[in-house]
Amino acid sequence: MTKKRTGVFVCHCGSNIAATVDVAAVAAAMAGEESVVCARDYVYMCSDPGQNSVIQAIKDNQLDSVVVSCCSPNLHEKTFRENAKAAGLNDFTCEIANIREQCSWVHKDRAKATAKAIRISLSAVKRVSRNLALEPIGIGVTRRVLVVGGGIAGIQASLDLANSGFEVVLVEKNATIGGHMIQLSETFPTLDCSQCILSPKMVEITRHPKITLMTSSEVQEVTGYVGNFRAKILKKATYVDPDKCKICDDCAKVCPVVVPNQYDLGISARRAIYIPFAQAIPASYTLDESSCLGLNPVVCGKCKDVCEAGAIDYDMQSRTVTEEIGAIVVATGFDLYSQDHLGEYGHLENAVDGLQFERMCSASGPTKGKVLRPSDHKEPKDVVFIQCVGSRDPARHCSYCSKICCMYTAKHARLYKHHVPDGRAYVFYIDIRSGGKGYEEFVQRTMEDDETLYLRGRVSKIYEDNGKIRVYGNDTLSGQNVEIEADMVVLALAMQPSAGTAEIAKTLKIGRDKDGFLQEAHPKLRPVESVTAGIFLAGAAQGPKDIPETVSQASAAAAKVVTLLSQPRLIRSPTVARVRSRLCTGCEMCVDACPYDAIHLENGKAVVNDVLCEGCGTCSATCVRAAIEVKNATPLQIQEMIGAVLSL
Amino acid sequence: MHEQQQQQTQYEPKIVAFLCKWCSSAGSDLAGVSRIQYPANATPITVMCSGSVSPQYILSAFNKGADGVLVSGCHIGDCHYMEGNYYARRKLYMVSELLQFIGVEPERFRMSWVSAAEGTKYAKVVRDFVEDLRHLGPQDKLKAQRP
Repeated sequence: MTKKRTGVFVCHCGSNIAATVDVAAVAAAMAGEESVVCARDYVYMCSDPGQNSVIQAIKDNQLDSVVVSCCSPNLHEKTFRENAKAAGLNDFTCEIANIREQCSWVHKDRAKATAKAIRISLSAVKRVSRNLALEPIGIGVTRRVLVVGGGIAGIQASLDLANSGFEVVLVEKNATIGGHMIQLSETFPTLDCSQCILSPKMVEITRHPKITLMTSSEVQEVTGYVGNFRAKILKKATYVDPDKCKICDDCAKVCPVVVPNQYDLGISARRAIYIPFAQAIPASYTLDESSCLGLNPVVCGKCKDVCEAGAIDYDMQSRTVTEEIGAIVVATGFDLYSQDHLGEYGHLENAVDGLQFERMCSASGPTKGKVLRPSDHKEPKDVVFIQCVGSRDPARHCSYCSKICCMYTAKHARLYKHHVPDGRAYVFYIDIRSGGKGYEEFVQRTMEDDETLYLRGRVSKIYEDNGKIRVYGNDTLSGQNVEIEADMVVLALAMQPSAGTAEIAKTLKIGRDKDGFLQEAHPKLRPVESVTAGIFLAGAAQGPKDIPETVSQASAAAAKVVTLLSQPRLIRSPTVARVRSRLCTGCEMCVDACPYDAIHLENGKAVVNDVLCEGCGTCSATCVRAAIEVKNATPLQIQEMIGAVLSL
Repeated sequence: MHEQQQQQTQYEPKIVAFLCKWCSSAGSDLAGVSRIQYPANATPITVMCSGSVSPQYILSAFNKGADGVLVSGCHIGDCHYMEGNYYARRKLYMVSELLQFIGVEPERFRMSWVSAAEGTKYAKVVRDFVEDLRHLGPQDKLKAQRP
């Protein structure tokens, strides 16, 4: 091997690295290496002058490889590889040594941190000296998008994408799209009606020629990679043909089964054959197999007898559809924290959750817009709203702030006062978080114009007492205990990831954060991307957010997809496996180990399909003869890195 | 006794930490972003997948003077490459059996599953490992006696 000419560039990152790591010592140690011809440190290597100095140093010293000791490669690997390219080198002649996240930020002892930074940098020097110059692999792109979840996030993303000219497959688990937003009565801070602003978008989804809507459907399996995914979607039998259904309600009238309606959160009842609400999309009834008296054999059959349109088909089967797509937007939304977890507030008949209260206030809701307490359907005159139920309670519930509850509680209090002008509304809060355009003013109006009594403190206990709910709380501003005899209590329950989030994350191989929300690729700079290329996030599945934020994020995700799928060809990493044929005995161990079926035998020797290979290296760890290795992460390179790591 | 104690406090175990790029390396990045402090004894080598860690790497690390070797990947079932960590678990279980067989304390080799969200866990894994290795003392069974 001809002598390498490596340059090492050690970044101070202001004081982020330099405060703990002696950057000059790291550069000096690297300068002592045989292959290193130039080593220097600089205050901000990623700044314009920093980058220019890297490019200039490559040219001045005829460098053939570069190591930048700086932050995580997730941040600036691309930046410095571009610099290497600008100076006429190949991308892969540049490696990053992470001495910030994995060193300076986690250690305090300067001597030890410096020694570790030297070890990390040296291992990168060793690695880069055996890197091959590789050209990226170009692959075709499928210009179709899968959107998972039909709430406002999924609807917005689908419409943006379809209007940009891309075909969209929108998959929704429930019988209708609309998500939680369609359950709301009015929305803060303008108090415009949720249905009025969402329904037109829902209708547009069904009418848009570029959108294929699949309700009562679930994504079962996703294979492939960015630009070329293949999704298996289970379309569950609904036993009603939506194209034929005239939504005349004749079937529901004869159905003998009565079960709680989930759309109204159990406040109203529905039949086994039902439409969740009048404006549901698709506009069709659905037969809920789990509550029907029996379909196989048919026990009752009344609905089919009365259906003049002939829309009901008891023999309808669930089927799996395969869709080829290039990108995926995940918008699976949230659920409310379960009351089961609440020992001190849980499960009183007249203690409703926020969504139930929304349904009561909604003109199309089960009470036709009247606020009536569940136990006796009387108008409550004293209503206590409790905020932060399950939120901001790391000891027992969720540690995070659910973000929307301050605002929707203020809205609830106002709606209540508009419905029951002589009623009294009390709000228990910890803090009021009203950051948002027009939000603070909205809360002030709730307090002043609508005369809602805000009490700063937590409620320790509520219990039923003689037809009332006794609320024990504390007002920390006056320092007094407060006791209220309420007719009804509204709990602002925490937001948590929807029930299917864990499963979809697993199916798509995307991460979740400590609270179970979907993990973005970078908290600030890549907030709508997942860690997996080609999969994007939108809405409350990524973290608690309100409607304006959700819509912004959905449009952002759509824009990211457009950027991705507008490229004529996608670039795939060329760090794939290669076979050293001379050593291969054709034992097929690697063929079996490969998760992507990327290896097959040709003339008794293993051959790798570069397009299918993801470069995970499972094959190389399996091969007993070291006949297969991943380019630029070969066993020889790793061995030398181990040596470097243990050198001091 | 006093001298021995002093020696023990001065002894800094050397650990090679193989971290998969998608979960554990990202988890250690999160520890960094969250400024969670842990000992500087473990030097990371980021690999694409824990399944790519060959048993040879581990033995070689001991041979080159490591007092402990850590392999950390995505949680079982969450592997970015679908099943790489299953391969890692099977293969590396064998390594720990082998180490025991040849007389190296199996505690010197550790596997952990650290997700990208578990910065705190990564710090704890390293902290605990360093602590355990301090009790075991230097590893010289497999260390090459080079001049």
